[in-house]
Amino acid sequence: MGGVHPSENKLSCGKAIEVLPLPDVVMIPLAQHIGAPAVAKVAKGDKVLTGQIIAEAGSFMSANIHSPVSGTVTAVDMQPNGQGVRQMMITIQREGDEWAEGIDRSETLVKECTLSAEEIIAKIKDAGIVGMGGATFPTHVKLSVPPGKKADALIINGVECEPYLTSDHRTMLEHGEELVVGVSILMKAIGVDRAFIGIENNKPDAIAHLSKIVKEYHGVEVVPLKVRYPQGGEKQLIAAVTGRQVPPPPALPIDVGAVVCNASTTYAVYQAVQKNKPLIERVVTITGKGVKEPRNLLTRMGAPVQSLIDAAGGLPADAGKVINGGPMMGRAMINLSSPVTKGCSGITIMSGRDAGRREASQCIKCAKCVAACPMGLEPYFLSKMAQKKNWDELEAQMITSCIECGCCQSTCPSYLPLLDWVRLGKQTVMGIIRQRAAAAAPKK
Amino acid sequence: MANKLIVAPAPHVQSSQSTPRIMRDVVIALVPALLVSTVVFGWSVLFVTALSVLSCVGFEYLIQRFMVGGKPTVGNWSAVVTGVLLAFNLPASIPWWIVVMGAFVAIAIAKMTFGGLGKNPFNPALVGRVFLLIAYPVQMTTFPEVEGLDALSGATPLAAVKQGALSAGSLNMQDLLLGNMPGSLGEVAALALLAGFVYLLWRKVITWHIPVTILCTMAIFAFAVAWSRGAEGSAMWQFPLFHILAGGAVLGAVFMATDYSTSPMTVRGSVIFAVGIGLITMCIRLWGSYPEGMSFAVLIMNSTVPLINKYVKPKRFGVN
Repeated sequence: MGGVHPSENKLSCGKAIEVLPLPDVVMIPLAQHIGAPAVAKVAKGDKVLTGQIIAEAGSFMSANIHSPVSGTVTAVDMQPNGQGVRQMMITIQREGDEWAEGIDRSETLVKECTLSAEEIIAKIKDAGIVGMGGATFPTHVKLSVPPGKKADALIINGVECEPYLTSDHRTMLEHGEELVVGVSILMKAIGVDRAFIGIENNKPDAIAHLSKIVKEYHGVEVVPLKVRYPQGGEKQLIAAVTGRQVPPPPALPIDVGAVVCNASTTYAVYQAVQKNKPLIERVVTITGKGVKEPRNLLTRMGAPVQSLIDAAGGLPADAGKVINGGPMMGRAMINLSSPVTKGCSGITIMSGRDAGRREASQCIKCAKCVAACPMGLEPYFLSKMAQKKNWDELEAQMITSCIECGCCQSTCPSYLPLLDWVRLGKQTVMGIIRQRAAAAAPKK
Repeated sequence: MANKLIVAPAPHVQSSQSTPRIMRDVVIALVPALLVSTVVFGWSVLFVTALSVLSCVGFEYLIQRFMVGGKPTVGNWSAVVTGVLLAFNLPASIPWWIVVMGAFVAIAIAKMTFGGLGKNPFNPALVGRVFLLIAYPVQMTTFPEVEGLDALSGATPLAAVKQGALSAGSLNMQDLLLGNMPGSLGEVAALALLAGFVYLLWRKVITWHIPVTILCTMAIFAFAVAWSRGAEGSAMWQFPLFHILAGGAVLGAVFMATDYSTSPMTVRGSVIFAVGIGLITMCIRLWGSYPEGMSFAVLIMNSTVPLINKYVKPKRFGVN
């Protein structure tokens, strides 16, 4: 149902993962995941080792953060992020690359895992793993199935439906064995006996590679999926694999028995549980039509985005927009010296000609946005009601179901900023719902 | 920083389609039928069409410029589409001033009064046509004769069959398919109109739901009527085929009923809308006082679109 077919532009899909030289200075935001920011455990002047914990999860819904390099903490202060918003960051001046004890850096595959479910989840929590597809939801929270609910299927998201991005694709190809071990660990953690790895049909090499590997693993199956954005949306993926639709919010995937984990995250789980390696590096696709050398770079967290752009041949002369993520859901950046974080799967550079919004004209009621909406909403109507501040109608028309995939706006022949308005409406309505719930809750 | 970076919320991709491109595609899709019509009725076809287009564009420009204000909208080609469609609903022999009058009603009254493109509740070209049909019934139903079809002597096949001058089975279906029959200038060539339909589908301007549902509804209805009248053998399928190919069925189903702003926003709504058009058309054709009912059917169903949009919602994800 719904969806669009943006040009795939997977320019870097044939490029093997390369290691970006270690950055001299890294900046580590304390809030780089959904939930409470982490609490800094180091101060200016402290010496840190690679892989050492430098900030602890601020609550259950939060994540630990580890130093991606060894060196000296030079500042713990407010610094502008990619969008220019100042937030708390730890700055570390690198000195060599000396790793903390207990981390196994060898390439040896460790298949056996004798830990219990609780121990696995504790290790994942310690390693600071969050969803690496962009949503950055803390993984240990996702794996802690609430009482009264039961998971019956693990789904690995290898769809990578965003145009341009190829970091999951390359990870599946180059770390397939480790990824599948990661799948079996996750299955144990949530207590299910079947897992599905969903991959879009535009990655036949990854489908073939993983299909061969999973033969040795009981209950793991590769599911080739139709190429259609947003196939990799959590709810869309669950529906495609299990045939079950997650009910509207506040329902969660677990309500239909599903737990979804991104492919790169699953590889990180393998490294955390089997190798004691915290989440301090990730594969970042650096891409764009004008980019001289699109690449997939294994990057330490905290490296400046500019250093990745330089490694890909520099910012093209006609660059008009630098996007943290892909062109459908990524965030436009204004500050290129801001750091790579856990949720950064790619940097997409668009030319000024492609990047500018064309002038909007009136709605012609073509209904293309309605046909494109994967959630069965009516974006043209929601946009209109948001402009009229008709919050009641927006709630009745289920605006909170919007997953902000951008299909509506990208398909509009009148170039209307539909999602801008829908986002505003959705945030307002969610605020109203929260207030109502707070007012209804018994006072302490 | 050397480069000035653009910042905007996602998505960072815009459609390769645009309103002018969609409207131009509709015009292109109408060209085959225009050519066939020129062959059948002669050069006057091109004159009527050009006059209608010029009048529509001219009225829209003038109203925008001197009454509404704001940026000119004629560049979006929608007035051109209305102009061609209005012309397609007129006999080739129509006096020129009636064409201009129709264009005025279509653009000034049916479109601009409501706020222009996307806001008009009724199909402008059809409002123009129906106004002319009521105001100038003689000129609007005097069709040039077509060679080789003397039996019709200028009456449309639908009118001839209605008056009992002919039976549906006695007509050559090939003539109907190729446009060799009297009628409004754009409605006669079913095959050329269907070629336009295929083009619109290929260009993703419209979906198949409305046209196919209308034509199927009409065929099933006609088949049931033929059956109830005791038809047998070839008459069973000739009657439905005649109703699809004669008159404005294909033109209306493909080009009139699919008008964006006057058709529903959901697939389910579109099917309801299309079934309604098919049924009303057949009822008027069989039991009404006009030989053709497509225009009225589309306009009547246009009036239900706001209601359909209010109550027929898309299938929400996760809701049963």
